[in-house]
Amino acid sequence: MALSGMRGLSTFISDVRNCQNKEAERSRVDKELANIRTRFKNDKGLTVYEKKKYVWKMLYIYMLGYDMDFGHMETVSLISAPKYPEKQVGYIVTSCLLNENHDFLKLVINTVRNDIIGNNETFQCLALTMVGNIGGRDFSESLASDVQKILLSNSCRPIVRKKAALCLLRLYRKNPDAVNVDGWSERMVHLLDERDIGVLTAVMSLLVSLVAKSQDAYWSCVPKCVRILERLTRGQDIPQEYTYYGIPSPWLQVKTMRVLQYFPAIEDPNIRKSLFETLQRILLGTDVVKNVNKNNASHAVLFEALALVMHLNAEKEMLSQCVALLGKFIAVREPNIRYLGLENMTRMLLVVDVQDIIKKHQAQIITSLKDPDISIRRRSLDLLYGMCDVTNAKEIVEELLQYLTKADFGIREELALKAAILSESFATDLDWYVDVILQLIEKAGDFVSDDIWYRVVQFVTNDEHLQVYAAAKALDYLDKPAVHETMVKLAGYLLGEYSHLLARRPGCTPKDIFDVIYDKFAVVSIGTKALLLSAFVKILLHSQPQDPDLRERVLEIFKRYECSVDAEVQQRCIEYLTLCAKGPSMVDIMAEMPKFPVRQSALLKKAGDAERDVAEESATKLRVQQQNSTALVVVEPQSNGAGPPILTPSAAPVQKKQASPSDLPPSAHPAALPVGNGHTEVSAVTAEDVSVPSLPEDPVTEPTPPPEPAPAPSGANLLADLLAPLAIEAPPGYAAPDSIVDSSQDPGPSAGTSGLAPMQSSGPADALALALYDGPSTKVQPIGSVEDWFNALVIKDSGILYEDPFVQIGIKSDWRGIQGRLVLFLGNKHNASLTNVRAVVLPPPHLRFKSSPVPDTIPPRAQVQCPFDVFCLRASRETAVLEFSYNNGNIPVSAQLKLPVLINKFLQPVTVSANDFVARWRALAGPPLKLQEVVRNVRPMPLIEMANLFNSLHIGVATGLDPNENNIVSATTFYSESAQATLCLIRVETDPSDRTQLRLTVGSQDLTTTYELMEYIKQQLIDTPPPTMVSPNVPTTIPTNSELTGPAALLNGLI
Amino acid sequence: MILSRGPKLCNFLEWRGLKVVYKRYASLYFCMCVDADDNELETLEIIHHFVEILDRYFGNVCELDLIFNFHKAYYILDEVLIAGELQETSKKSVARVIAAQDTLIEHAKEQSNSLSNIIAQATK
Repeated sequence: MALSGMRGLSTFISDVRNCQNKEAERSRVDKELANIRTRFKNDKGLTVYEKKKYVWKMLYIYMLGYDMDFGHMETVSLISAPKYPEKQVGYIVTSCLLNENHDFLKLVINTVRNDIIGNNETFQCLALTMVGNIGGRDFSESLASDVQKILLSNSCRPIVRKKAALCLLRLYRKNPDAVNVDGWSERMVHLLDERDIGVLTAVMSLLVSLVAKSQDAYWSCVPKCVRILERLTRGQDIPQEYTYYGIPSPWLQVKTMRVLQYFPAIEDPNIRKSLFETLQRILLGTDVVKNVNKNNASHAVLFEALALVMHLNAEKEMLSQCVALLGKFIAVREPNIRYLGLENMTRMLLVVDVQDIIKKHQAQIITSLKDPDISIRRRSLDLLYGMCDVTNAKEIVEELLQYLTKADFGIREELALKAAILSESFATDLDWYVDVILQLIEKAGDFVSDDIWYRVVQFVTNDEHLQVYAAAKALDYLDKPAVHETMVKLAGYLLGEYSHLLARRPGCTPKDIFDVIYDKFAVVSIGTKALLLSAFVKILLHSQPQDPDLRERVLEIFKRYECSVDAEVQQRCIEYLTLCAKGPSMVDIMAEMPKFPVRQSALLKKAGDAERDVAEESATKLRVQQQNSTALVVVEPQSNGAGPPILTPSAAPVQKKQASPSDLPPSAHPAALPVGNGHTEVSAVTAEDVSVPSLPEDPVTEPTPPPEPAPAPSGANLLADLLAPLAIEAPPGYAAPDSIVDSSQDPGPSAGTSGLAPMQSSGPADALALALYDGPSTKVQPIGSVEDWFNALVIKDSGILYEDPFVQIGIKSDWRGIQGRLVLFLGNKHNASLTNVRAVVLPPPHLRFKSSPVPDTIPPRAQVQCPFDVFCLRASRETAVLEFSYNNGNIPVSAQLKLPVLINKFLQPVTVSANDFVARWRALAGPPLKLQEVVRNVRPMPLIEMANLFNSLHIGVATGLDPNENNIVSATTFYSESAQATLCLIRVETDPSDRTQLRLTVGSQDLTTTYELMEYIKQQLIDTPPPTMVSPNVPTTIPTNSELTGPAALLNGLI
Repeated sequence: MILSRGPKLCNFLEWRGLKVVYKRYASLYFCMCVDADDNELETLEIIHHFVEILDRYFGNVCELDLIFNFHKAYYILDEVLIAGELQETSKKSVARVIAAQDTLIEHAKEQSNSLSNIIAQATK
C-alpha cells in the first residue's frame, strides 16, 4: 500500500513502533514535538505539504495518548486552504483534535459555511462531516438552515444529502431550535419517500431523534414508516448492495422500528394490521444460522421487533409468542443472544403483564446467575429482581444469598441491596426477613449499607412478635468469631433493646449477653462503641434485680471512657453513669424505643437513584418515566399478602394517630375504602412502648401513661435529646420545627387525658354547598352525589371524590403540620383506554400545590395514582378546585371538583390544662384576635353530636374544662406557613332550650386565623350554608381582596 | 476491561450506565460505546461492516495497514459514521467515495509535481 508519499510520517511511525519501552517512545515523541513546534514557529518557510505532514504527525501523537497543546491554529488554518488534499487533512484532524467548545472553531465558521453552500461537492462533504462530528451550538445557529436546504434539495447528490441529514441531526441535538417542528414534519414525510437507501437510513436516524422529543408533530410519518418496514422485510425493491448477508438493510429496519416505538398504539386498523403482519413475519421468519454475521444482523432486527411488539401492547397471543422466543434465547449457547434474551425479558416485565409466563423460566434465569460472563450475570440479577414477588421471593433471595459469596466485587453491593429490598418487600413472615438480612451481613458485611440494618431495626421495633426472635438470632450471630462491624452494630442495638425478653432462656442472662457484646467492644470504631455503650446501659437497667457484678463491669467501662476524646462517647458515658447512680426510678428512661412511624423504605429510594443514568432519552426509558412520574400504574391490585406495609407513598412522616388507613400500601387498599380502624393502631401502642415520656413526636396525641410526680418534663426532654443519636432514625417529629413549637405550647404529658380525637364521626356534617359544577359539554353524569362525597371527605382522609360510568376518582390524604399529601387515584372502569386525561389543580391563593404530571392515557381497567403536595400558607375557607377532564373515545367529559383541602385539615387538637387554657383565653383580649358572635339557624343537634363533629374536624374537644356542661371548649393548633403553629381556642355556649342558636367565641394569636376559623365553624354548624361566604362585618385588617380571587370563589360566583 | 474478558463471553459490557460493544479481530479490538438501550447487535454489525469496508479497501486488512495509514482509516470512518450514526450501509458506495477521494489527491499531487518541475526548470 502506498503510504501517500509521506516518507517523513512513515519513518516517524516506524521509529515509534521500534521503541523498546515507554520512555524511549516518549523521548522520540518529545523530539518530534519539539521539531514540529520550531517548524510551526517560522511558519513562513513551511510548504503546504510540510504543514500537512506535521499535522498528521500531531494526530498520530495524539492517538498515542499524548497531550496536544499547540498547533491547533495550523490545523484549523488548513481548512481554509484552497486545494482538496490540504482541506481534507484540515477537516479531519480538526474534528479529531478539537472538541466542540474550542474557541478556534469559531474562527472557521465562515469558511465552513462557504464550503457548505458552495458548489464544490467534495468540499461540501468534508464540511458537513466535520460539523456532523463536532459542530456545537454556534454552528447550529449559523448553519442549520443551509444544511436543511441541502437535505431537501433535488440537485444535490445522495452522498451530500445523507451527510446533511446526519449533520442536521447533530445540530438538532446541540440545539433543538435547529429544526422548526411545525414546518419540518411535512418535509420529513416527504423525505421518507426517498428511494436511495443510504439517504433514507440517515433520514431515519434524524427522525428517531426528532420523535424522541416531540412525537405528536410527526404522526404523519407513521404510515410511511410502516410501509418502509414492510418493503424491507419483503425484500422488495432493495438494491443488492444494500443487503447485508442477504438481509435487506438490517440497520434501516431497526431504525424504522425504533421510530415506531415512540408513538402510542396505532389506531388506523389497516396500518395496524399491516404492521402486525410484518412483525409476525420477522418473529417467525428468523432462524438461527451458521454465519455469525447473518445471525447477528437478523437477531438485531428480531430483538427490535420484540421491543416494538411489547410497546404496541399486542394481543396476548403474540406476546406469549415473544416470551416463548425469549425463553428459547436465554437457554442458547451463543452468549450475545443469551444476554439479549435476559435483557429483553426484563424490559418485558416493565411493559406488559406476562409475569406468569416468565416465571416458568425461573430455573434457567437462576442458572444464568452463575454464568462466567459478568454482563450476563448482571442481566440475570436484574431480571430476577424484577420478576420477584411473594410466590417466588424465598427461592430467589436464597439464590442471591448463595451467589453473594461468589460474586465479584463490582456487583456485590447491588446484589446485597437488591436482596434486602426483595426480602422486605415480599416477606411472608418477618422472621425470614430478619434471617435474610443477618445472613447478608454475615456474608457480605462490607457491602451492606447502613440503610439496610436501620431498616431491620425499624421492623423489629414496630413488631413485638419479632423482637424475641430477632434478639435471639442477633445473639447467635454475634457470638461467632470475626464478626463484621455492621453485625456488631445491628446485634448490639437489638440486644440492648430486647435482650431482656430472652432472660429466661439458658445462657441468656444479662451478664452472658453483656459478655458476648463486650467481646467485640475493643475492636470496633468509635461510632459503634457509642452505640454499644447505650446497649450496655439498657441491658443493665433492664435486668431486675441488677447483677452487682454486671453493674460493676458496666460502670467500669463508663468510667474508662468518661474522658474519651470522642465527644459523643464521653457524653454518653457521663450521662449513663449519672443515670445508673439515680437508681431504679430511671428505668423508664431506658425503656424500649417507641415505634417508628411507617415510612417509605430508604432502600427503594436508593435503588431508584442507582438506576438513574445519564443516557439520552429512549423509548423504553420514556415509557418507564411516563409511568413513574405519576407514581405507579397499577393494572390490578397486587396481593402482597402479609408483607409489611412499607411502600407508603407519603413523603412526610405520618403521625400515629393517622397511621392506620392512609399508610397501608395502596395496592392493599382500594381507593375508596372507608376509614375503618382509625383507632386500632393507636390502641396497640401499649403503655410500655411509650414509657419514655418525652420521645413521642407529639406527646399530646399519644396515650401517655400518667407519670409519677414527674421528674420535670423538661429534664426528660433533655434526656431524650441526649438519647437521640441512639434512636437510629430519631422519631421524625423530633427535630422538626413544628414539633418544637408544639412542645413549647403544650403543657406536657401531665394532662394525662388522652388527646385522641376519634377520627370517625357519624355526625352529619352538611358542609359546603354544591361541589360539582358540570360544564355544558358534559354528557356523562356522576353516579352519585358529588356533594355528599365531598362532604364526607371533609371529615375523612380517604374516600371517593367523583365517580361516573367510566372513571372513579378516589382520594387519600395525609396531613402533617402545614403540609399534606393528597393522592388521587384515577381508576378507569372502562374496557377501553381513556385519553386526553387532564387533572389540573387550581389552587386558591392561600394554598401551594406541588403536583406531578398526570399521564395522558389511562389504560383499560387500570388505576393511576397522582400525588399532590399541599402547603398551607395562611388561613382561608376557600378550597382548591380540580379541573378534571378526559376523553372516552370521542366524547369529552369534564368536571370541576372541589378538593377537600379545608382549614380543618391543617388543625391538630391539643390538650391543654384548665389553668393554661384560662390564662391563654384571658390573654386574648378581644377583637380582632378574639371574636364572638351569636350564631342563629344552627342545625339542631345534641351536644354530644356537636362534640363528635368538632372532633372529626380536628378541632377537638377538651372535656371538663368548662364547668357549664352546655358548653364546649376546645383547643387546637392551626399550622400555616405565615403563622407557623397557632394555638386556637374555641368556646361554644349552647342554649338547651333553643338548639338553633349558640354563641361562638374563637381566639388565637393571629387575626386572620381567628376570623377564618370562626367563619369555618359557623359554616359547619349552620344548616344551609349562606349563599355568599363573605360576611359583611369583615374586620378591616383582613385581606378581603383575596377572598374572591380563588377559583372556588369564582365558581361560586358563576352559580 | 475488555482485554480481561475471555473469548467465549458476549460482546457487550455495561459501563457507567452505557454499553460498550466490542469485537475482536485477531489482535485488533474495535469498540463502540452506545446508550444502554440501543440495539447491541446492530452496533456489533456496524463494527463488522466497517471492518469489511477496510478489508475491501486494503485487501485483507491487517494491523500494520491501519497503523501506517491511520489517516485512511479516518477517511473511511467518516464515510461510515457521522454524529455517531450510521451513514452508509452499502460497501460499494463507500468504496466509490473513497476511490474518488484518492483520485482527487493523486490528481493534486500530479499537478503539484508538474508545477514543481516547471519551477525547477525555470530556475535552472
